[in-house]
Amino acid sequence: MKTVLPAPDISRAIVRIAHEILERYDGAESITLLGIPTRGAHLATRIAAAINAIEGGEVAVGTLDTTMHRDDLRTRSPKALLPTLIPAAGVEGRHVVLVDDVLFSGRTIRAALDALGEIGRPTSVSLAVLVDRGHRELPIKADFVGKNIPTSRSEVIKVNLIEVDGTDEVTISEGGVK
Amino acid sequence: MSYLLKNITLPNGTKAELAIQDGHFVAASSLTKGHKMLDMGGKQVLPGLVDLHTHLREPGFEESETVATGSLSAVRGGFTAISAMANTSPVADTAGVVEQVYRLGQAAGLCDVFPIGAVTQGLNGQTLSEIGAMADSAARVRVFSDDGKCVFDPLLMRRALEYVKKFDGVIAQHAQEPTLTQDSQMNEGEISAQLGLKGWPAVAEEAIIARDVLLAEHTKSRLHICHLTTAGGVEIIRWAKTRGIQVTAEVTPHHLLLTDDYAKNYDPIFKVNPPLRLESDVLALRAGLADGTIDIVATDHAPHSSESKDCEWAVASFGMVGLETALSIVIKTMVETGAMNYEGVAQCLSIAPARIGRYENHGQSLEVGNVANLTVVDTAAKWVVDRDLMSTRSKNTPFHGFELPGVVTHTFFNGKLVFGE
Amino acid sequence: MKHLLSINDLSRDEAILILDTASELARISDGPMKKLPTLRGRTIVNLFAEDSTRTRISFEAAAKRLSADVINFAAKGSSLSKGESLKDTAQTLQAMGADAVVIRHPASGAPFRLADNQWMSGAVINAGDGTHEHPSQALLDAYTIRKHLGKGAKDLSGLRVAIVGDILHSRVARSNVLLLTKLGAHVTLVAPPTLFPFGVESWPVTISYDLDSVIPQVDAIMMLRIQQERMHEIFFPSAREYSRYYGLNRDRVNALNPKAIIMHPGPMNRGLEITADAADSARSVIIEQVSNGVSVRMAILYLLLGGAPIEGGIN
Repeated sequence: MKTVLPAPDISRAIVRIAHEILERYDGAESITLLGIPTRGAHLATRIAAAINAIEGGEVAVGTLDTTMHRDDLRTRSPKALLPTLIPAAGVEGRHVVLVDDVLFSGRTIRAALDALGEIGRPTSVSLAVLVDRGHRELPIKADFVGKNIPTSRSEVIKVNLIEVDGTDEVTISEGGVK
Repeated sequence: MSYLLKNITLPNGTKAELAIQDGHFVAASSLTKGHKMLDMGGKQVLPGLVDLHTHLREPGFEESETVATGSLSAVRGGFTAISAMANTSPVADTAGVVEQVYRLGQAAGLCDVFPIGAVTQGLNGQTLSEIGAMADSAARVRVFSDDGKCVFDPLLMRRALEYVKKFDGVIAQHAQEPTLTQDSQMNEGEISAQLGLKGWPAVAEEAIIARDVLLAEHTKSRLHICHLTTAGGVEIIRWAKTRGIQVTAEVTPHHLLLTDDYAKNYDPIFKVNPPLRLESDVLALRAGLADGTIDIVATDHAPHSSESKDCEWAVASFGMVGLETALSIVIKTMVETGAMNYEGVAQCLSIAPARIGRYENHGQSLEVGNVANLTVVDTAAKWVVDRDLMSTRSKNTPFHGFELPGVVTHTFFNGKLVFGE
Repeated sequence: MKHLLSINDLSRDEAILILDTASELARISDGPMKKLPTLRGRTIVNLFAEDSTRTRISFEAAAKRLSADVINFAAKGSSLSKGESLKDTAQTLQAMGADAVVIRHPASGAPFRLADNQWMSGAVINAGDGTHEHPSQALLDAYTIRKHLGKGAKDLSGLRVAIVGDILHSRVARSNVLLLTKLGAHVTLVAPPTLFPFGVESWPVTISYDLDSVIPQVDAIMMLRIQQERMHEIFFPSAREYSRYYGLNRDRVNALNPKAIIMHPGPMNRGLEITADAADSARSVIIEQVSNGVSVRMAILYLLLGGAPIEGGIN
């Protein structure tokens, strides 16, 4: 197992993504960050904190569970649902930024787009991820990337966050099942 | 055909040989030439088994069983006499029907089929059937029963008990208080409460037994209680016998082994009337059989077509087949537990039922001069019950897949080898 | 978990998973996401051999919100009242590719027979069988109690629930006793002695014949429907006498502790086991039970059908 992103790099990536998002949308006013539970939700909270530190306001942030919209439901046992918390302003007319920890096949993001479509019609949707490891199975790409990490399919990328895992660190290891 | 059975074990445990010629036991020295010699390798012999409680379904329900298929099932189980219960269609409540059943049994020729006459016309519980005519018929009926239904009217029961004294008959009562058991599905207990199936309280059986032993005492007549299932019932019979009341009682093999626990998966193969009871009842029944309070084991062989069991519990028919498993269950529950030896088995499965039914030529000792009705059983062998390999026309055995001790290898009826090689 | 036949099929954790999933689904459904694609392409048959509009509609709404195809098969009193055709029906449903059958049947244990693998292989959900069980009702009742009184706890530890009425014939009571006690609640059953099942002393509950002494001590009171025909079976002398001793009326509502809730699985006999002002009082959560029922049944359908097919036997 090898550390590919230590804690300071994670913090820097989050701040950089915050800046890029603000630059793209010309301020925080019209942005809604929706993190995909579990770790994407914590990253969204951290990006929101970074945006607030820069802008001095309160950027809208929530969570979006994709479980019920996944296309691989029938290949494993049913999973417990995770919270979907849409900020009071909703998504209509907003620039929604989906936030996840790792971008891999793209299927989670497809499910998130479907779920989002049920909720409303945002002005635009973009995607922020901490790690893009390649191997896309769908025509999906991230707009804001913490770090591109080329991997083989069999390698395992693990994002650890203090809120869940007690430490900030991204590691890569051989084999096993993701 | 004549036979010399070498190397057999008599019910009392002694080793012997038996010679059979012209339907009777003879001295080995008087056997004529050309007899067949069979080395039984020490196997147990019993006087041919006698079942006092069998449902043969003919006439009326031949898709479930006929007299012929029931007879074949009987001899495979070691029985040389069975008793055809009256709840056929038409009901066996006239001389005509009982003679028909009797002749069907003779025609099958595998064992004796003794019809049981209905106590009341059409089992209606209201009017006595022509009991005397059935007694005087070719079938010579001595046992009368409305089995499946209780003779509930106390006055009618009294009259029936009195009436059969004329020819030394007996009333076999199905003890079930009808108002306490309306729509009942299984033993009333913690399991029926949990399963939401309507309960069948023990008191519904015991109340009738108590009433009827007192009626038997009063009328000085013979009473037989069918399929006893409760510890309380055993107590009442025990009390009645100490008072000298002429009461006899039977227990079925399934009530000696199974409990209401088996209802838990709602498989109606375990639905039976009277219902399976508690472990404590099973133990009381075994004790009652061992000490003679209960006189006999009777099968209550009740064949049913598969569609009447492959359904919801509440709509399924009551009953289990039992002729081919009875002896094995008695060995398992009574002999292997040390409660009984093979003299006891001969007593409860042959001698006593023949005596209660007044069946001539059955339940006799294996002595020179007596009719050669006997059963050979390999008590050391085990077998696995397979409902698809049985001779009865129906498959409703609760013991499918059970491994049981005791394999019947030969059955001789009137000196003929009717089962085995 | 392949079938939901009895509360006994559920561990405590599985029961809590159903409640948690239901609350998440309720939150999504209360928001703008009315319909979820989760069970698209799955076929769910509502096999109702007994009248029950509300349970059938509840399951139907739950299935449709999850995008399943729903076939309603009402067969009251007709061919299905014969056992042979229950088997035939099961085999027909199997041949038609039903992924799940929601069954309501007057015979206790009928869902167990349906789940028999020789009959059909789909999931079987017991929507009320005779006088045996009604597990989805118990789950929605537990959900409702937890939502109102749980104070954020996962289970129902320390809560006191009274179930009042015809315990003997009530599948709702049987399932609730199993589930509420599994979740740590203290359950008191209240009825006249004729309407308790045999051996109830061995159940993990308190039993009482006196409603008035129980009323002030409970956090939730669940009134059971009393069927008119029980009077003819001599379980109690008259409707009036039953109401006097075991009905929830205004005085008894006033004697409840201030935060206690009033429940009823419906349909109510207003004026018999519950008066109109009790049913409609601010304490009553009876209408809410109905809407909670849809969320709980969505959770059951999702957890039984949402994942990979499970091979193998019952449970």
